[in-house]
Parts: sequence; structure tokens; C-alpha cells
Amino acid sequence: MSDASLGGAAPSQPKKSSLLVQDARTKKRNAAESRFKVYGMAAVVTGILALVLLLASILSNGLSAFQQTYVTLEIELLEEKLDKSGERDLSVMRKVSTFGYAPLIATAMGKKLEENGIAIEGLSTKQAGAIISKDAPAQLRNFVLANSEVVGTTQTFELLANGRIDGYLKGRVTMETAALDKNVSPEQLLLTDALQELGTLEKRFNWSFFTNPDASGQRPEAAGLGVAILGSLYMMLVVLCLALPIGVAASIYLEEFAPKNRLTDLIEVNISNLAAVPSIVFGILGLAIFINFAGLPQSAPIVGGLVLTLMTLPTIIISTRASLKSVPPSIRDAALGIGASKMQSVFHHVLPLAAPGILTGTIIGLAQALGETAPLLLIGMVAFVREYPAGPPEGFFDPASALPVQVYNWTQRSDPAFVERASGAIIVLLVFLLIMNAIAILLRRRFERRW
Amino acid sequence: MPVLWIIVTILVLAAVGYVLGRQRAMSAAGGDARVLHSLPNYYGMNVVLFTVAPALLIMVTWLLVQPGLIESRVASLIPESAISEDSSLSLVMSDVRRIAEGLDTAVAEGVMTETEAGAIRAETTDVRKVLGEVGVALGSDVEATTLQASQSFRAMSASLGSWMTVVVLGIAALGLGISVLRTHKDFRARNTVEAAILALLIIASSIAILTTLGIILSMLFETRNFFTQYQWTDFFFGTTWNPSFSGRGGASELGIIPLLWGTLYISFIALLVAVPIGLFAAIYMSEYAGPKIRSVAKPLIEILAGIPTIVYGLFALITVGPLLRDYFAAPMGLGQSSSSVMTAGIVMGIMLIPFVSSLSDDIINAVPQAMRDGSLGLGATQSETIKQVVIPAALPGIVGAILLAASRAIGETMIVVLGAGAAAKLDLNPFEAMTTVTVKIVSQLTGDTDFASPETLVAFALGLTLFVITLGLNVLALYIVRKYREQYE
Repeated sequence: MSDASLGGAAPSQPKKSSLLVQDARTKKRNAAESRFKVYGMAAVVTGILALVLLLASILSNGLSAFQQTYVTLEIELLEEKLDKSGERDLSVMRKVSTFGYAPLIATAMGKKLEENGIAIEGLSTKQAGAIISKDAPAQLRNFVLANSEVVGTTQTFELLANGRIDGYLKGRVTMETAALDKNVSPEQLLLTDALQELGTLEKRFNWSFFTNPDASGQRPEAAGLGVAILGSLYMMLVVLCLALPIGVAASIYLEEFAPKNRLTDLIEVNISNLAAVPSIVFGILGLAIFINFAGLPQSAPIVGGLVLTLMTLPTIIISTRASLKSVPPSIRDAALGIGASKMQSVFHHVLPLAAPGILTGTIIGLAQALGETAPLLLIGMVAFVREYPAGPPEGFFDPASALPVQVYNWTQRSDPAFVERASGAIIVLLVFLLIMNAIAILLRRRFERRW
Repeated sequence: MPVLWIIVTILVLAAVGYVLGRQRAMSAAGGDARVLHSLPNYYGMNVVLFTVAPALLIMVTWLLVQPGLIESRVASLIPESAISEDSSLSLVMSDVRRIAEGLDTAVAEGVMTETEAGAIRAETTDVRKVLGEVGVALGSDVEATTLQASQSFRAMSASLGSWMTVVVLGIAALGLGISVLRTHKDFRARNTVEAAILALLIIASSIAILTTLGIILSMLFETRNFFTQYQWTDFFFGTTWNPSFSGRGGASELGIIPLLWGTLYISFIALLVAVPIGLFAAIYMSEYAGPKIRSVAKPLIEILAGIPTIVYGLFALITVGPLLRDYFAAPMGLGQSSSSVMTAGIVMGIMLIPFVSSLSDDIINAVPQAMRDGSLGLGATQSETIKQVVIPAALPGIVGAILLAASRAIGETMIVVLGAGAAAKLDLNPFEAMTTVTVKIVSQLTGDTDFASPETLVAFALGLTLFVITLGLNVLALYIVRKYREQYE
């Protein structure tokens, strides 16, 4: 509060308050002021802390998914086990199932232990063989069927270790938990230590996490994101091919041509409402219209793409309209003034100038679509898919998974190793989103024009 | 001919038409483009338009109508006796389709010739075995009538398919011919092309209306089916949710009240977290923070809005849930469940922070500076100005933002699927697992679903309820925000 009389001649009634000494009320008001400011700061800090906590939790759980434990073994591919006839006839060799291959691995493991003099009390050969993934016999079989000439020789293989052994190396499984766990024993962990010292067993970068398809609940170590990444890619292609042209066309009409009438109003209200409709409702729409009515196959990327297109359209329309609006009318006037038609002025002049903004909006819309899960659950993308979809265009109709749905799928499994996989998949998803958003920001920085 | 090849043929025709149309126009003008009404390219575009548009339109309609037509014809071939007690017409029809596909595969792999596929009889051949060899597994042995139906299914699709090729390509050629002949130097090609483009633009923008219509109609239709099988009063006023799945017997109880309670409880906690934090963050950033802090903090908080909800769901599942259980619920004796209303509510609140803060930020910034200056000039402190001038002025907008956040919370799915649990309960304890409308939509519609049972159809009724609630909130919020914007513009 200003006091104009300060510093002047002493007034007849001297004031008790002074600017230099705060009275109780001012103190209270100032305290309230700084308290209020602290609340604001606390709110901002809380928000940022939540972000940090979220990212830290995902990273700490998921980073280990990018490492995987492998065991290197020399395996003798016995002819009498794999190809009794000795004719290398593939149709005969196919009859040997993975059960025929499993003993080879156990034998090789036993031999390895013998050679190096590793003896662990209470550890049977079968248990020693069990530190290798249940997926390994299949890996062996595929290799043999692809190269039938190797039968009868001894080959070196890098096989996945069992999920629990992998967990031991990552600190998820300890001696205490192993004693309680019927899937792994402390003796197996001792063996793991011994093999690690030998260099037979080691942890390294997990490329197969990006390329492998999903695996069953028994073998988390073999589960990967291959099918999910491909499925998401297909869906993004569908969304890009449909949402961008439709969205741009709709925005051009609404922004440049639409007369002010009931229909236009209706469209505008619809678009702003669709932007706020819960995503799961779009899933119901997709299920009812695209699958039940139109008869498109379940779990297919085309259906997912269509549903996500409808979801992304409002985002793209809103951002495209904003960037069309930011092109100054003088551009249109100049084009019209030298004899261009309205359509020519829009397509030849306004649209190219608005293109960076449109692209930015589209990329952000795509990023949104990439992370969407709920509608995809309803159109059957939760199904367990192990086959890669074919190349486009048939691949659009093949069953596939999607990145976020794969995460959901893995959270529903009981083995704790899948939590690590799910967090790892989230990291992959977030990296994709980060890249897309970075491109959007770069585009905006590089090409944005202020008029 | 497969659809892809028809499209390619049409496009080739169109390309030829473009060249023809352009040439014809140019020769009509004697090589001088200035004599033409429109630029030469428009004449080419005009021909392309007349070649492609009618042909594609006919093809799309044909493809939409054809399956239904064949279906009804084939369905009439199946005698009543072939539909056994425990199956229905739709099950038999799906068998028919599957066998037809199997025969297609068999022909494609060269196991049988086209004539053999049309002539085999269930009485003489073990169709199941034959199809099994080409990788099409059938659930049961093939009945004679089903096999015949599927053979006529194949025959009909083949003949209709070739008819479609002929008709569509014929129309494309016709369009090309007519439009090339129409081309002369005074033809107003640009006007035609532009009118067509405008029509395309209008169609594109009406997709928004079609989507809304599709949502409403599909849900209304299935909801009506549901209410023919289940009392609507029991649905809206029932206090137990206990669906029984076929085979276990007994009637299901499908009351929405416990689901709504869970939804609202979780949303309430989410708003309790998001509104104060979001609002204070918005106030701080628009009124106190300097440009430096603002340029760092605002994008950081907005990152939260760009994170997919499945990430929040996982966060709730693996971090927040166990944390709350071990440090709050279990020591206080409130529950042993890691998925709870509190877990889902807090995580959802975090998700909504940027939503509330950026909307409120915009709204607070829209309050005219003159109002702040007036208040500050009278000697109010900054916080007094905010509390007594800025917030009251921005209140309608802020209420709108909160309503939008509430509608987001009610419709949120992944966080509650992973964080809230699946037990439908009417309980006050926030550390108890409860469930929401969205969770139940997901659980009723995933996996094997039978679209004739009320247990599946109830998902559509739930979806419609959800849609109506969120739509109401959105319309109200948008109305308030728009009203408020007008006030200061």
C-alpha cells in the first residue's frame, strides 16, 4: 500500500504504520502470498516428479529385457536319433519332433560338465539340461531341417538359457527364491555360476527381442516383439494412407469452402465430440461394423488400422485446420487476383504453405494411434500370434499383434519374467514415440513460418 | 480377377485416358493452349475422373452387396434338418465358408482340380481328411448338405466375381470413351473437375458424421437385442454384477450399478489428484514462472499427456499397486490387494494432470491483463489477485476443463484394466479392488464371444451408457468453454 504522505512534512495526526515495519496484517498477507507461490511450485514439481518416477520405474524394470543369457554348447547331432534312414529325406526327418532333439542337448550339457570337471551335488543330468530354454530343441530342429547336411557332425550352438536362469543373472531370482520355486533349484544356480566362470554361459545384447514372435507362457526367454512391431507398422501404414488424405480433404472443405450452414455446424460439432469419445467406444464400433457387419477378419492389421484411422481423424483435422488458418488471406487474395480459381488458390498456394503444419499434426496423430490399446483389444488383437503376417497387401488381412497390445498380453501372464518383457516392450514403444515426436518438432522448427 | 488387379487395370485405363483427353483437347485447339477453355491438364483429369469414379463406386457397392446376396442364397439351400439342436444357422454357414475356403486352398495347391472341387461328394470322399492335408482343419466331419452348400457358395462367388470384373471394367471403358468424345476446345473441363474435387472434399468431411452415426447405430442395435433378452430395469437398477458363462448354467445378473460406482469412485479420486495439482501448476506457470522455467516445465508436464495409457497401466500394476499395498493398505489393515481403487485413481490422476493444467493455462491466459492490472493497482497482492479476480473470471472455463477431464477419466480403459481389478463391488474402502464399465466391456468382448448371449451383448449396452455419459459431459464442457471464450473475445 502506497503512502503518499511519507517523507513530507509531519502530518497533524502521525500515522502508526510505516513502510519499513510490517504490521501483523501485512505479514499475514505476505505469508499467504509466499505460501500460494510454494503451492504452485509444489504442483509443478509433483507433476515432473511423477513423470520421472514413471520413467524410472519402467526403465529399471525393462532395461534388462535388452540383455539375454545364452549358453554355448557343442552338440553332437547323432544320425541314429535324427535321421535313422540316413537318406536326409526331409519329409522323414520332419517326423522327429522336438522331443527327439531334447536329449541331445542334455547329453551335450552332461559332456560339458564332465570335460570341465564340474560336479554339483544333487544335480541330475536332466536338471542340468533344464537350465537351457524349452525353446532350444525347436531352435535345433529348425537348424537341422534347414541344413540337413549337418546331421552326424558336431556343431556349436548358442542356445537361450531358461527364463529363471536368466533371471538369476539379472538378480530377479536368488538362492532363497530358488529353494521355494519348483521350476528351478539352487543346484542349478550353482551350475550357472560355474558355467559363467567357464564362459560357456553369458549375458549379451538381445537382438531376438526385436525379431522373435511371441512365445508361450512357459518360455518367456524366447518371447520377442517381431510380430507386434510388424503389426503396428502395418496399422500405421493404413492410418497414414487413410487418415492423412481424408483428414486434409475434410479440413480444406471446412476451412476454405464450407458455407455457414446447419450441415457445417453438424460436422464441426461431430468432430469436436469424436475427439473426446472414449477410445474403447471406437473398439466397439470396429467390432460391430468392420468385423461383424463387413466380415473382415479378426486380429487383422487392416481392421486395427481402420479403427485407429477413425480415432486419429479428429486430431489431424484439428491441426490441419489450424495450419490452414495460419496462412494469411493475402496469399489467397493474390492468387485469386491473378485469375486463379478458388480451388487453384487453395491447392497451389495455401496447401503447400500449410504442409509443414499438416505433417506435424499427422505425425502427432500417428504417435497417438501407435500407443492406443483399448480398441485393439476388442477387435481380437490380443490373440496369441506366432506367425509373422505376410508382406503387404495380403499381410494386412493376416492376424498380427500390436506393440501396446503385446504389453497388455504379457502383463496377463504369471511368470515374473514377463513383467521385464512388458517393460522392455514399453521402452521400445516409447522410443518409437520419442522419434516420431522429435521428427514433428524438427519439422516445425525447420519449416514453420510466422507471417 | 482379384480386386487388386481390377484396380490396377482401371488405373492403367485412367492413365491412357489422361493422355488421350489431353491430346484430343490440344488437337481441337490446333496446338494452341490459349484457345482452350481450361488448361490442357484439366481435360486429361476430366477423362481420368470419368474413368475411375463410376467404376470404383460400382465396384465398392458390388463388394458390399455380394457377400450378403450369396449368403442368403446359400442359406436357403441348407435344409432345416441339417441344423442340429445345438448349432444354429450361423454356425453352419461358417462351416460352409470354411469348407469353401478349404476347397480354394486345395485347388490353389494343386491337390485337386477345379472340376474335382466342384464334383466331390461327402458320400464318396473324406473331405475332412483331404482338407486337413492342405492345412485346413475342420472341427467335425462334413455333412453332404453342407458340402453342397459350400460348393454352390464357391460357384456363385466365382460367377459373381467374373461378372463384377466385366461390369466394372466395362463401365470404366465406357466412361473413358464418353469423356474423350466429349472433349472439345470449349468444353469447361476445369469446372467439372473442380466440382468433382469439391464433392470429394464434402464426402471426406462427412466421414465424421458417418462415424458418429456408426457408433450410435451399432450400439443401439445390439443394445436393443440385449434388452429383448434381459430386463432393462434389472440392468439399470440391479446391484449385482455376476455374469454366468454358458455351460455353468443359471441366469446372469447384469446390474450396472456396481460398475458405475467403481467408475465414479475411481474418477473421483483421479480428479482429487489431478485438479489441485493441475490447477496450481497452471496458475504457477501462467502467473509466477519466468519464461525460462516455463519453457522447461511446461513441455515436461505435457510429456505426461503424450505417454500412452498402457504405460500408466503398467506403472500402476508393477509400481504403484504394490507400493500402496505394502506401505498403506496392509499396515492399516485395509486390504491385501495390489489392484485397488486408490491405485487406479492415483495413476489416472497423474495422467490427467497435463490435461487439466494445459487447458486451465490457456483459460487463465485468456483473462484480460487489464483485470489483473486493476487489482494489483488497488494494492492486492498477486495471490489475492489470482484468487479474487483471475480465478473467478476464469471459473467457467476451468469448470469446463474439469468436466472434460472427468469424461476422460470415466472413459479411460487401460489404467483400470491393469490397476483396478475385476471384482464388481459396492464398497467404500478405496484399497479394495473394484471394477469399472470399461473393464467389463473389455472382459465381455475379448476371447470367444457369442453374439447371441446376453453376457456378450451387455457390453454394447455398457458401451452405449458410457458413450451417453461422456458425450453429455463433453457437450456441456464444450458449451461452457465456448461461451466463456466468447465473453473475452
